[in-house]
Amino acid sequence: MSEAKKQAAAADEAATGMREGEETPRTAAAENNATAATPANPEGNGRKAPDPITEPDLGASAARNEQVRRQMRRQSRRGFLGLAAGALAGFGAWEWLNSRREINGTPWPFRETLEVNEQLARDFFSARRLSPVFPARRISADRLNGDLGLDENVDLATWKLQVHGLASQDGSLALTLDAIKKLPRTEMTTELKCIEGWSAVVEWAGARFTDFMKAYPPETVSGGPFSLHHREDLPTYVSMETPDGGYYVGLDMESMLHPQTLLCYERNGQALTQEHGAPRK
Amino acid sequence: MRRMEMRAKHPLAIRWCHWVNFPLLALMIWSGILIYWANDVYRVGLGSFTVFSFFPEGFYHTFGVSHRLAQGMAWHFFFMWFFVINGIVYVTYTVLSGEWRCLVPTRESFREAVLVALHDLRLWKGTLPERKFNGAQQIAYSGVILMGFGSMVTGLAIYKPTQLYWLTSLLGGYQAARFEHFLLALGYVTFFCVHIAQVVRAGWNNFRAMVCGYELVSKEESANE
Repeated sequence: MSEAKKQAAAADEAATGMREGEETPRTAAAENNATAATPANPEGNGRKAPDPITEPDLGASAARNEQVRRQMRRQSRRGFLGLAAGALAGFGAWEWLNSRREINGTPWPFRETLEVNEQLARDFFSARRLSPVFPARRISADRLNGDLGLDENVDLATWKLQVHGLASQDGSLALTLDAIKKLPRTEMTTELKCIEGWSAVVEWAGARFTDFMKAYPPETVSGGPFSLHHREDLPTYVSMETPDGGYYVGLDMESMLHPQTLLCYERNGQALTQEHGAPRK
Repeated sequence: MRRMEMRAKHPLAIRWCHWVNFPLLALMIWSGILIYWANDVYRVGLGSFTVFSFFPEGFYHTFGVSHRLAQGMAWHFFFMWFFVINGIVYVTYTVLSGEWRCLVPTRESFREAVLVALHDLRLWKGTLPERKFNGAQQIAYSGVILMGFGSMVTGLAIYKPTQLYWLTSLLGGYQAARFEHFLLALGYVTFFCVHIAQVVRAGWNNFRAMVCGYELVSKEESANE
C-alpha cells in the first residue's frame, strides 16, 4: 500500500471514529437508504462490482470517499449558515419586539396579543361555568396580602360608594353600605385565586353585581333601556378604585355578569376588616 | 477499504421545529420564572427543614427576576401561542410523514432504555441497537412531547380556573395544577441537561445531522455487494 493510500485509509478510520453512540454503519437500513453518494454501477447490468481490494479500485474508492466528504462539507456549511441566519433573525425579532412603542407600559405586539387573548376569553366565556364551592371546613387560614390601596383608614360611618356611569340623572351616585346590604344577599364559599399564584378558600357574603346593576342600571351604549341580556349594549368594562386611589382594577363586563361576582361586605362570617378592604370589595 | 456515505437522518421540518422550539421553550421558562417570583413557595425539604428553595435570593438578584410579574405574563401569554403552534406542527409532521415510527417507544424500548443507561454509565459493555433513535431516546423524545401537552393543559387550568373549572378540578385544583406546571418546567431543565450531555458524548457527526440533516457513515465494502 502506498503512503498516500495509507493516509486515505487512516482518514477513513478517523471519520468513522467521529461517529459514536447510537449510530452504527453496517445496518440494513443504511444499505437501503444509502443512495445519496453511492455511485451507480456504470454498466447497470447487475454484474458484480470490481473487487475492491485490487490496487486501482482502492484509489477510486479513496477518491469517491473524498467526494462524499466534500459533499458533506457543502451540506454542512449550508446547514450551519441556515442555523446562523435563523438565530440572527430570532435575535432581531426579539430586539424588535422589545423596542416597539409601548401601550400602557407594554410594547404594542405584547399588548395587542393580550387584547386578542382577552377577546378570545370573552368569546368563549359562559356565566354558566361556576367556580367550585367548598364546605366550610376547607376555609383557609387568614392571609393578608399587602396594603396597596389601603393606606387610608376609612371612616365606616361616613363611607359611601361613588358610582359613575349610571343611566339616571347625571350618571353619578353615592351609596351607603346599608344601601348595598339592602340588595339580595348572596353567600358562597369559593377559592380566591390571586394573579400572583396563591389562593385561599373564603366564605363570602355580599350583593351579586347583577343585582346591583338591576337596582342601579348603567348607561347603555345605545342610550336605550338597560337589559342584562343585551351584553353588546352594556359598557365593556367596570372599573373599581379604593378610597385612597392607591389600587385600581378594570374588569370585563362578562366577568361582572357572572353569578359569582359579588360586591362583598362579609368575609368568613365577619364584616370586612380594614386589612381586608373594608367596608366592601 | 471503508466506503463513506452521506445518509439522510433528520427531515427539514423536524430540524426547524427543534431549533425553533429551543428559544421558545427558554423564553417560556424565563417568563414563567418572572411569574413564579410573585408567589415563590416551592422548596425541597421536610417540615421546617429546607434543602433547597425555589429560588434562593441570590438567584433572583443575579438574574434580575424581582418585580417583573406583569412583564413575565405579557411574555408568557405571547410566546405560548408560538410554543403551542410549533408543537402542533411537529406532531402533525411526525404523524403524517411516518417519522413517528422512529420516535414512539415500543415494548422493547423500556428494556433497551435500561441497557442504554447502563451502557452510558459504563456499567454494561454490550452493543446498543443500531437505529436512528434507541429505546432511551424514543422514551425521552416522546415523553418531552407529552410534557409539552401537559404544560399546555396545566397552563390552561391556572390561566382560566373558573371557566375551565372541570379541567382545574381534574388536575387536583388550582394549587395542584400550578405545582404540576412548575414540575414540568423543572422537567424541561432536567431534559435539557441530559440532552446536552448526550449530544456532547455522541459527537460532531450526530450534532451536525440535527443542523444539516445528513450524517456521514462508513460501510465495510464487500465483494459480493
